[in-house]
Amino acid sequence: MYAYDELDRTLVRERVEEFRDQVRRRLSGELTEDEFKSLRLMNGVYLQLHAYMLRIAIPYGTLASDQMRMLAHVARKYDRGYGHFTTRQNIQYHWIKLEQLPDAMADLAKVGVHGIQTSGNCIRNITTDQWAGVAPGEIEDPRVWAELFRQYATLHPEFSFLPRKFKIAVIASDNDRAALRIHDIGVRIHRNSSGEAGFEVMVGGGLGRSPFLAKTIKPFVSRRDILSYIEAILRVYNQYGRRDNIYKARIKILVHELGIEKFAAEVEDEWQKIKDGPLALDEIVIADIRSRFTYPAYEKQIDNPPELKAAGSDARFEAWRRNSTSHHKVPGYAIVTISLKETGKTPGDATAEQMDVIADLADKYSFGEIRVGHEQNLVLPSVAKRDLPALWRALDAANLATPNVNLISDIIACPGLDYCSLANARSIPIAQEISRRFANLETANLIGRLHINISGCINACGHHHVGHIGILGVEKNGEEFYQITIGGKANQDAALGTLIGPAVPYAQVADLVEDIVEAYLSLRLRPDELFIDTVKRLGVEPFKERVYATH
Amino acid sequence: MTSPLEQKKLKIAGPHVVTANRTGDGAVIWRTANKLWSTNLSDAAVVRNSDDARALWAEAIADDVGAVGSYVAPVQVDAAGIIAPGNLRERIRVTGTTIELPVAV
Repeated sequence: MYAYDELDRTLVRERVEEFRDQVRRRLSGELTEDEFKSLRLMNGVYLQLHAYMLRIAIPYGTLASDQMRMLAHVARKYDRGYGHFTTRQNIQYHWIKLEQLPDAMADLAKVGVHGIQTSGNCIRNITTDQWAGVAPGEIEDPRVWAELFRQYATLHPEFSFLPRKFKIAVIASDNDRAALRIHDIGVRIHRNSSGEAGFEVMVGGGLGRSPFLAKTIKPFVSRRDILSYIEAILRVYNQYGRRDNIYKARIKILVHELGIEKFAAEVEDEWQKIKDGPLALDEIVIADIRSRFTYPAYEKQIDNPPELKAAGSDARFEAWRRNSTSHHKVPGYAIVTISLKETGKTPGDATAEQMDVIADLADKYSFGEIRVGHEQNLVLPSVAKRDLPALWRALDAANLATPNVNLISDIIACPGLDYCSLANARSIPIAQEISRRFANLETANLIGRLHINISGCINACGHHHVGHIGILGVEKNGEEFYQITIGGKANQDAALGTLIGPAVPYAQVADLVEDIVEAYLSLRLRPDELFIDTVKRLGVEPFKERVYATH
Repeated sequence: MTSPLEQKKLKIAGPHVVTANRTGDGAVIWRTANKLWSTNLSDAAVVRNSDDARALWAEAIADDVGAVGSYVAPVQVDAAGIIAPGNLRERIRVTGTTIELPVAV
């Protein structure tokens, strides 16, 4: 966990009071909506179909148990008893009242949580690997760098009014669990041939109506230079990014139109001017940030404790253990993913009661720490293996032990037309229906790893372009239709999916997904050839032929 | 459902109402014939041509303190005068999400 200092706490408290005054003036008519809109957006307050929505940043997806309890409290007191974890490691409340927002924000501020920079054309919440700091083989904890970038980006005057929003992700592992290549800037910590740790910098990724995967702009940037290099990218974007057309304003368009070589040359020119200035990082600064992270006092544990062996005879526990726990860097510990994808429920939603349960379990079994992943699941990062049976029983009692992580029902879905004012079509009921169709665990395991991502409009909050199966809701003559892509992926081999055929109406989407899966099962070479590998081997055509023959 | 945020030129055919969200709590509201807002669609003033729609909308926009994000939305009116939402988006705003919420209200 990172311990915020008094400067951070003061900043958040002052922002709450500033916003309280802005709300007062809005409600009294001193501020028009035109004047107020940009102020509320700077604090993460949107207007959606039914109500205001408050988006709260969870920096690099790390939450302390007391912060989770406060999220539960806000859900209970100011909203409708639940929250929605998003693909950007944030949480959203969908029924919040403007009149109560300052009080809700004041409560959140008590635990250092806020909505600053969760909207607007600024640098948004810095995201990372939800297994940061505990994943085996990781070079170092990428959250140290994410925190550095957060401090740098917070209220940065030069980058508070960029041409468009700006998303940065950082990882320190060969396995990309943070979807780096769909970010405006992706940063991967790795070692060069001399063994020195530094950064591969990728730029120009993003989804939406013009999807692009980020391209590597510089394979190795030293620790000293990473901040100045990022600033050089931001400056070039700020200068040349389009402000005349919102659909062409993201950095991905600039990189695409200039070409990566020309863009890189512009960045290099800018960087040479600033690299030896104040942004050149001193190791003391990095060490200071690192010192503010506290790490668990791991105990010596045996890797196969008797508690685990004894519970192994329980088929339900074993199914969950195999599916939802992963190797930890410390022997005797496991990383536990808590699925927020209960069959027939809304992906990413957690009730206040569930949040409280998770906070208590984090305290009891995971050093008080919780993570949020971009797949809309939660993680208890450090659980002693001897505690897994007891943890599972408690999670199961709270409907938090669905053993479907990375399986077909572990669906990413945006709020869609049920909540969102931008959406053209519903996402959640599609996800719910698919999860019901594949609720049988034996079937889901037979299919194996398969990611379905659903967006209710072209803005692609549900990351449909990088779903193994991507589903995009569109409108056709007032009716909901859905375009289906296959072959997308968001990991270290990121790819954009390919359209499989004409859009189908709402009622046919789940059938079509079933047909795609049937086609896969008959086309795969072996039971362990994953869906995504079969698509890569065969392309879209065999799927198209089989699926559209029946639609 | 084309988002009303993209509603630029106002040209309507058939019955329409003006809707918005209430500033204080975000509740869905409709403009009434007596220049007020109601949380019941059945109270909404129904307009049937572009001039009337523009006038009703202008009146709604003028109430910047009471309402936010107003726009003109299609409705259906049956023989008995019962007003129903004209598309799925508006139906969801009237009846709520099409999914069960995690916590019953």
